[in-house]
Amino acid sequence: MIDLDDIDRGLLAALADDATQNAGALGRRFGLSQPATWRRIRRLTESGAIAGRKLDLDREKLGFGVTVFLGVKLATKGRVSLEDFERAVTAIPEVQTVEHVLGMYDYRLRVVARDIADFERVLRRRIMTLPGVGNVEANVLLSEERRPGPLG
Amino acid sequence: MLDDLDRRILRYMQDTPTQSLPDLADRLTLTTSRLTRRLDKLRDAGILRGQRAVIDWQVLGYAVEVSLRVTLDKTQSRAFDEFIEAAREIAEVTEIQTFLGQVDVRLSVIARDMAHYQEVYRSRILTLPHIADIESLMHVARIKSDESLPL
Repeated sequence: MIDLDDIDRGLLAALADDATQNAGALGRRFGLSQPATWRRIRRLTESGAIAGRKLDLDREKLGFGVTVFLGVKLATKGRVSLEDFERAVTAIPEVQTVEHVLGMYDYRLRVVARDIADFERVLRRRIMTLPGVGNVEANVLLSEERRPGPLG
Repeated sequence: MLDDLDRRILRYMQDTPTQSLPDLADRLTLTTSRLTRRLDKLRDAGILRGQRAVIDWQVLGYAVEVSLRVTLDKTQSRAFDEFIEAAREIAEVTEIQTFLGQVDVRLSVIARDMAHYQEVYRSRILTLPHIADIESLMHVARIKSDESLPL
């Protein structure tokens, strides 16, 4: 765990919004010199607080009109079946995220598809055939908003 | 419309977003100026919106992550708007998604520990307007999280 001051939190929020900003421009915004800003960003990166970068793409313009979240319950459990399921599900290109959760489902998957027909193909051919898969619930994403979180 | 080169550029950038422009051009066997023109075109078309830093909340001391699946009271015509507006005010909420299906809205909530989560849940979440039902999924592990598109 890393201790942050207000400037660190501001830098994190700014980089989460746009990671391509350079240290000079960010420094001016927070009243720091370029080297001082750079040192702070390096510390945030080395500590793992900044885990990486993500490309922000317009999914719909790229032809992916549908995003569906699936709640998956496994039919059989045990260490082996979890590993088999995880290995197989992460290999599906349309599956963007896989989260292991506790509650009414075992896994939460984010799936992209071109349209509903394409989603049905992915669901039938790829998801329902996964090892150990039991009950599956689908919710179609209508809107999504990422919040800055407790950085303000 | 996109051609194969555009798709290849985006695919490489998705895999290694921190790569410098000259390195990326090298890998794609393009000149840097040709790559820059392509990227400008993708930006102008609104396809490439930018790059975001990914924050690891665990490193910042937020050990607990919970996914709250909320069903709203739809007899209230402004239920969605008012619920989302109020949820935006909670600092611990990192994601707000709306759905078509059994779930209306999902919130991602982070907290330092279970005691902190309990406090956020009782004093801020349960007081949100128009909740008919709420279910929680406790986050255990992220198995895949790159959110790459199959280009």
